[in-house]
Amino acid sequence: MAADVDPAAVTFVRYMDRSRDFYAAQGYDRPYRWAQHDDAPFRPLDRPLAECRVGVVTTTSLHREDDGDAPGASGRAFAQAATPHPSRMFTEHLEWDRDATHTDDVETFLPLRRLEEAVAAGTIGSVAERFYGVPTLYSHRRTARNAELVEGWCREDGVDVVLLIPL
Amino acid sequence: MSLVARHLEATGTTTVVVGSARDIVEHCAVPRFCFTDFPLGNPCGKPGDVAMQTAIVGAALDLAESATAAMTTVQTPHRWDERGAWRTNFMRVGPDNADELRRRGEERLARQRARRAADR
Repeated sequence: MAADVDPAAVTFVRYMDRSRDFYAAQGYDRPYRWAQHDDAPFRPLDRPLAECRVGVVTTTSLHREDDGDAPGASGRAFAQAATPHPSRMFTEHLEWDRDATHTDDVETFLPLRRLEEAVAAGTIGSVAERFYGVPTLYSHRRTARNAELVEGWCREDGVDVVLLIPL
Repeated sequence: MSLVARHLEATGTTTVVVGSARDIVEHCAVPRFCFTDFPLGNPCGKPGDVAMQTAIVGAALDLAESATAAMTTVQTPHRWDERGAWRTNFMRVGPDNADELRRRGEERLARQRARRAADR
């Protein structure tokens, strides 16, 4: 059993170190090179949040009842109607903490209902008619191609603010 | 996902990353990051806890409007549990599972070799 953690010593988990050691223990001798930058672009909102349309990007994939490849699981980005809200998403191909939690409540990572409530409360103007899926890929080049797809979909859907929610 | 946020922001859309892997997101550097210190899997709140989910989504939306510079991180106040054992258990490597991990790696390597041989 793991020892209790001293709250005074608590800090966030270093996933880059953790995954490097975890895969090294399985014989992987070339650690993954995570994307690294010293600065980031910045685009301030040009209108009140209450007038903005909000879109969501998930790393999870659409769930399919048959055994076919779930859209997104193949590595290609997808756009999907946000209503009706999906009652489940496919997460089995992703790295997440299966011992500590589960992904049965879609709102914990794809909060379309919570966003609809934010519309009703007047916090935001609307939710985009589609949400977008971008699979986690090792290739930065393929991710860049998916980013361009999402950019196009956001433009078509008139999205002002995007929440990107990696599982 | 952080690379997608950077691309969208650079092409004119305001973005907020909502997540729980702080080191990875900040290593990549994103415009805005709403961080919740939870096990990977529920970055928008605990399963079934609508009030917490509303609070985290609200914090992410606030950040879209309130951030004044790139690479702004906001941490939500939520804790997963009192013990925090999940922090040490996830992807743990120790004397008790080292053999199991090595065996798992060897099996995967053997499968890859078999696939390559079959493709020839």
